[in-house]
Amino acid sequence: MSTPLDTRAGDTGIDTAIDTGAALEPTVPAAHPLREFWSYFAENRGAVVGLVILLLVCLMALLANVLAPYGADDQFRDALLQPPGWAEGGSWAFPLGTDAVGRDILSRIIYGSRYSLSVGLIVVMLSLSCGILCGLIAGYAGGLIESLIMRLMDIMMAVPSLLLAIVVVAILGPSLTNAMIAIAIVYLPQFTRLARAAAISEMRRDYVTASRVAGAGPMRVMFNTILPNCMPPLIVQATLSFSSAILDAAALGFLGLGAQPPTPEWGTMLADAREFVLSAWWVVTFPGLAILITVLAVNIMGDGLRDALDPKMKRS
Amino acid sequence: MLRFILRRLGLVIPTFFGITVIAFGLVRLIPGDPIRLMAGIHGVSPERHAELMHQYGFDQPIWLQYLDFLNELFHGNLGISLVTRTPVLMDFFARFPATLELSIAAMLFAILVGVPAGVIAGVKRGSLFDHTVMGAALGGYSMPIFWWGLLMIVIFAGLLGWAPVSGRIDAFYFIDSITGFMLIDTLLQGNTDAFISAVQHLILPAFVLSTIPLAVIARQTRSAMLEVLGEDYVRTARAKGLSSRRVIGLHALRNALIPVVTVVGLQVGLLFAGAILTETIFSWPGVGKWLVDAVYRRDYPSVQGGVLLIATMVMLVNLSVDLLYGLIDPRIRYGRA
Repeated sequence: MSTPLDTRAGDTGIDTAIDTGAALEPTVPAAHPLREFWSYFAENRGAVVGLVILLLVCLMALLANVLAPYGADDQFRDALLQPPGWAEGGSWAFPLGTDAVGRDILSRIIYGSRYSLSVGLIVVMLSLSCGILCGLIAGYAGGLIESLIMRLMDIMMAVPSLLLAIVVVAILGPSLTNAMIAIAIVYLPQFTRLARAAAISEMRRDYVTASRVAGAGPMRVMFNTILPNCMPPLIVQATLSFSSAILDAAALGFLGLGAQPPTPEWGTMLADAREFVLSAWWVVTFPGLAILITVLAVNIMGDGLRDALDPKMKRS
Repeated sequence: MLRFILRRLGLVIPTFFGITVIAFGLVRLIPGDPIRLMAGIHGVSPERHAELMHQYGFDQPIWLQYLDFLNELFHGNLGISLVTRTPVLMDFFARFPATLELSIAAMLFAILVGVPAGVIAGVKRGSLFDHTVMGAALGGYSMPIFWWGLLMIVIFAGLLGWAPVSGRIDAFYFIDSITGFMLIDTLLQGNTDAFISAVQHLILPAFVLSTIPLAVIARQTRSAMLEVLGEDYVRTARAKGLSSRRVIGLHALRNALIPVVTVVGLQVGLLFAGAILTETIFSWPGVGKWLVDAVYRRDYPSVQGGVLLIATMVMLVNLSVDLLYGLIDPRIRYGRA
């Protein structure tokens, strides 16, 4: 029996050899997987820009103590609602202006990056690990267990995500931790479905049978044999969920159901600023811009990641 | 086709019961007992507490409570709001037309702009237009719409003064609710000025709410178009000498629209989520704002009823999209049968 690869080589091998003499050269040793990944990823210049911006935001979060001109909660009573440095009436002591209680907006945004990034990271870690567990069990076990898990996921997917998150927060009470738990629960079905689909398609492969024949137990087959080969779609989904988690946490914060004031979380900052929307544009503009830039960077990077990890896109 | 419909309906029923379990569990999962919660800060005497526990059936086994809840549900009783003391169903449907009006306007805008933009971007792949549309779509997809709404208010209501800040209509118009849709009601009552005011109030929120669906629809239409344009039948149509407009408009577009229909359907769930934020920003008196207010006031019967109704509606929309999908594309109907 010939594999699809054999067939392809048989069909086009001669043509290729004639067209490009290089095909007859001795084969170059296979590149390291990471290097190969990077070469695909780097082809998408937007993705690299996204990665750089994300790294800068990470750096900002790590070095917030050093970078921020003031503390996140420092109040300057003589500079309430001061416009940004370049605007009329502004001062460069507060480059992005101050809010209604005289806190430096730039410093709050810098400190806020810590919250947004950790929300993204924790939510993705939680739902990715639970999703992998549920998905692999469903895919591996099949039958009743699979039906039960997947119907539960269908039900969760029927409820609009923000609505479900609001319900969970309504039960647990509003706080950043509960908002993260709520968002992680909301994202669980996507990871479970992906992990299950990948597991089912991998389970038919010969290497899984070989591993079973060699005497590997269910746990070893699931986590050691199947899981590593299911990762590419999960990684792409994780990137996309990372950006949506930042957005959803900010949305919950904005609704007063996430981080509570005076936490400098970007969504919560916007909620505080709502009443000044017509009188002090800077209080509203910059925290939102911070959310947009971060989410956009992650999404652009996610696009590049998908292209680089998707085997169908590879031309080799 | 009948088998397809039956199979699809078979999937909906367990999902619906799942939703009822979530809504039922909601009030029961809240820490503390529901009677004390309803009593609030005033508290309740032990005798009255026992009486109320019995009256609401909280002293019965949980499965009996659930059956009772289902029984009430099928009789159209979703409970009484703790705040307004009116039936939740009435509160919900008093506000629902406002949300529907906003969502329909947003969806229409998203489709009317998103589909042509996606088609042109797909046909002119790699052009400046393509790059602009895809860049804008990525931006729209990444947009925190609560911020986008505030920004629109700053620009169009604050700086330019072109649009009102909030509400459905200027406060000095008194429009009797006939259909609940402000645009239709003002027209039915022949009040042109009120109609114009209603349109002015609708534009900004609808535009903000349409941002994400617009981005998703444009992206999906473009990729569906690219896929279809590479198909053999399109090449055949071109080879026959048909005009480019005919090939794209008739042969390619009809097939490209199949996945777009699904995406439009899937956006309905997102639209409800977006409506929660958009309505809060623009003080739009719809179900989204009502639900958030109910959460603030810890009005659990309203939260429970609202979740149940919205989730059921989203489920029914998804069902109709699936059925429609089977109708447009026979491969779906027979392929999986």
